[in-house]
Amino acid sequence: MTITETPTQETGHGSHRLTTAKAMVEAIELEMERDPSVFYLGEDVGPYGGIFSSTAGLQERFGKDRVIDTPISESAFIGLAIGAAVEGMRPIAELMFADFMGVCLDQIYNHMAKIHFESGGNVKVPMVLTTAVGGGYSDGAQHSQCLWGTFAHLPGMKVVVPSNPYDAKGLMISAIRDDNPVVYMFHKGVMGLPWMVKNPRATGDVPDGPYSVPIGEAAVVREGSDATVVTLSLSVHHALDAAESLAGQGIDAEVIDLRSLVPLDRETILRSVSKTGRLVVVDEDYQSFGLSGEVSATITDVDPSMLRSPVARVCNPDTPVPYAHALEYAVLPRQDRIEAAIHRVVRA
Amino acid sequence: MSTTAHDTPQSLALDPATRLALYRTMVLARTFEEAVLREYHADKGPGFDIGKGLVPGEMHLAAGQEPVAAGVCAHLTGDDAVTATHRPHHFAIAHGVDLDKMTAEIFGRETGLGRGRGGHMHLFDPTVHFSCSGIIAEGYPPALGQAYAFKQKGTGRVAVAVTGEGAANQGAFHESLNLAALWQLPVVFVVEDNDWAISVPRDASTSVPSNASRGAAYNMPAERVENDVEAIYAAADRAVARARAGQGPTLLEVHTVRLWGHFEGDAQGYRPELADVPSMDPIPRYEQRLRDEGVLDDAVIARTRQEAQARVEQAIAFAKDSPVPDPATASSYVFS
Ligand SMILES: Cc1ncc(C[n+]2csc(CCOP(=O)(O)OP(=O)(O)O)c2C)c(N)n1
Repeated sequence: MTITETPTQETGHGSHRLTTAKAMVEAIELEMERDPSVFYLGEDVGPYGGIFSSTAGLQERFGKDRVIDTPISESAFIGLAIGAAVEGMRPIAELMFADFMGVCLDQIYNHMAKIHFESGGNVKVPMVLTTAVGGGYSDGAQHSQCLWGTFAHLPGMKVVVPSNPYDAKGLMISAIRDDNPVVYMFHKGVMGLPWMVKNPRATGDVPDGPYSVPIGEAAVVREGSDATVVTLSLSVHHALDAAESLAGQGIDAEVIDLRSLVPLDRETILRSVSKTGRLVVVDEDYQSFGLSGEVSATITDVDPSMLRSPVARVCNPDTPVPYAHALEYAVLPRQDRIEAAIHRVVRA
Repeated sequence: MSTTAHDTPQSLALDPATRLALYRTMVLARTFEEAVLREYHADKGPGFDIGKGLVPGEMHLAAGQEPVAAGVCAHLTGDDAVTATHRPHHFAIAHGVDLDKMTAEIFGRETGLGRGRGGHMHLFDPTVHFSCSGIIAEGYPPALGQAYAFKQKGTGRVAVAVTGEGAANQGAFHESLNLAALWQLPVVFVVEDNDWAISVPRDASTSVPSNASRGAAYNMPAERVENDVEAIYAAADRAVARARAGQGPTLLEVHTVRLWGHFEGDAQGYRPELADVPSMDPIPRYEQRLRDEGVLDDAVIARTRQEAQARVEQAIAFAKDSPVPDPATASSYVFS
């Protein structure tokens, strides 16, 4: 039994305020203390503390053998993590940006994700692949993608995407303890970094001590009766902003934070849409062949008559993320596009 | 442009005009980056918000590495190809990329090289066969293809591919060296060893003290030179001559210096030698040398700087005066 099958447990009684980045680090720290087989490796994860602060202070605490700066050799060090996991360790390997998956994809989808299957269940790969996703700050087409749909499309790895500090810590603990490979994708815009636009929800209360958020359970982050907005990651914040703004106009939107793509919590989606009859899917990843189609099919596979209006999708329109600010904002699913989509499904 | 063989491996006796041209290229590149630095930071406050301002996003500047670009590109014409890295400006300038359009691209304008779609890590100027990539070492394989095309056409043109010493630990680097040597492609592989891959020092990333020794693994001539523009010029002369003569690829590593952070906003707390870094600036050093040897005087220096300043300010003005792209066209150019 893996931790994901156990209910959420909170051992501490108090809580403290953390950014998402610090919540991630706290989870890793707790697990490294608890389990000597956990180690972290990646580019600039040592003294730098991770380009997106995903490992701040960890090398000082655990030394260079457990928090390892690697050469820029993603195939080699992600493959190394796979081998170590096969031998019973619990590595966390960081791919600095999800956009770089191309240089090491074979290790990820042919090895990390398939070994358990190919071995007929005899070999486990209990590792975590962490990676930063998302745009919004003009970093251009090779540094701004989400690509979680690609990881989720390829079978054999769980894919989690926290949107806030509480989930970031709980999902990280679940991911480390999971006996499967888990891809843990964090959006730069929810990390609470001092050098990015400040998102107020990027800081929040986090329980002391270890606790887990089960992988595969979506959260209803706002209850509503008129339309269901299904989304994840930074888009949760935009969707909540849109819902708050529409509340003033008498439209009551429910917002679901998926928290993981694999497994996908279809139950929660179905339950909500059976109540509201309307669905908007918001996805910062490319629209075609991705999450939005999958979530829509979740409804139509079961009972299309649940829908009172056609599904609206607010996604990246299959365009590489442009550099220029105005162009980038035109392709990103932001509050205005989400609001318009909710209007559309409610009025239809 | 000299393409003859030399018995003196260290340097060539350069004429004053060539030396002045090398100096000018370096000054123009530095002046440009100082201006970008100024514009980049101008409106990121309060604090530092990377997504704000006229030039948002990551910014990797190459101050200190100008001798590499100047020394190598002095042997190239616009018919030769250069694939640069995520730190591309010095190579772009030395290779003759249109400065106005490049600046406009960095400012995300419709008049930019990529109509504002690419940004500073993705500069493409087909008129001089220039490109660069944000995914490190991934510019090496396309350079092979350019070299292959040049070889097929029998033109004596060459492709120059640039990486950092950190990127030289990527598979694409090694696969490219092997293939180029195997097929005797006219490529010059340039490694800019500035000692650091973001925060990771060379000795923590690379199993050999010098990438030049890796040439042996691929049966390829290789050399390592210091950050001296004339030594680089001489080494590049040999490498380019070999490529043009159909003698295959060369690996040229320059031990250079990154004067500023990996990207703007990098406090460089990981860098113990930080206090000494300004003294490693190659431009004042070369200036002094040329002054001592009577090639430069105060007047020439002042004029060179003024010309560079004027050229750069013109490019910045061009960028600022250019229209931003229409958001309605955000999905243009995905297909031709
Ligand atoms: C495949 C890939 N991995 C990681 C990165 C992130 N990254 C960008 S630059 C860089 C360091 C590159 O160091 P080096 O090659 O020495 O060049 P320098 O930055 O020093 O010029 C890293 C790790 C990337 N862009 N692409």
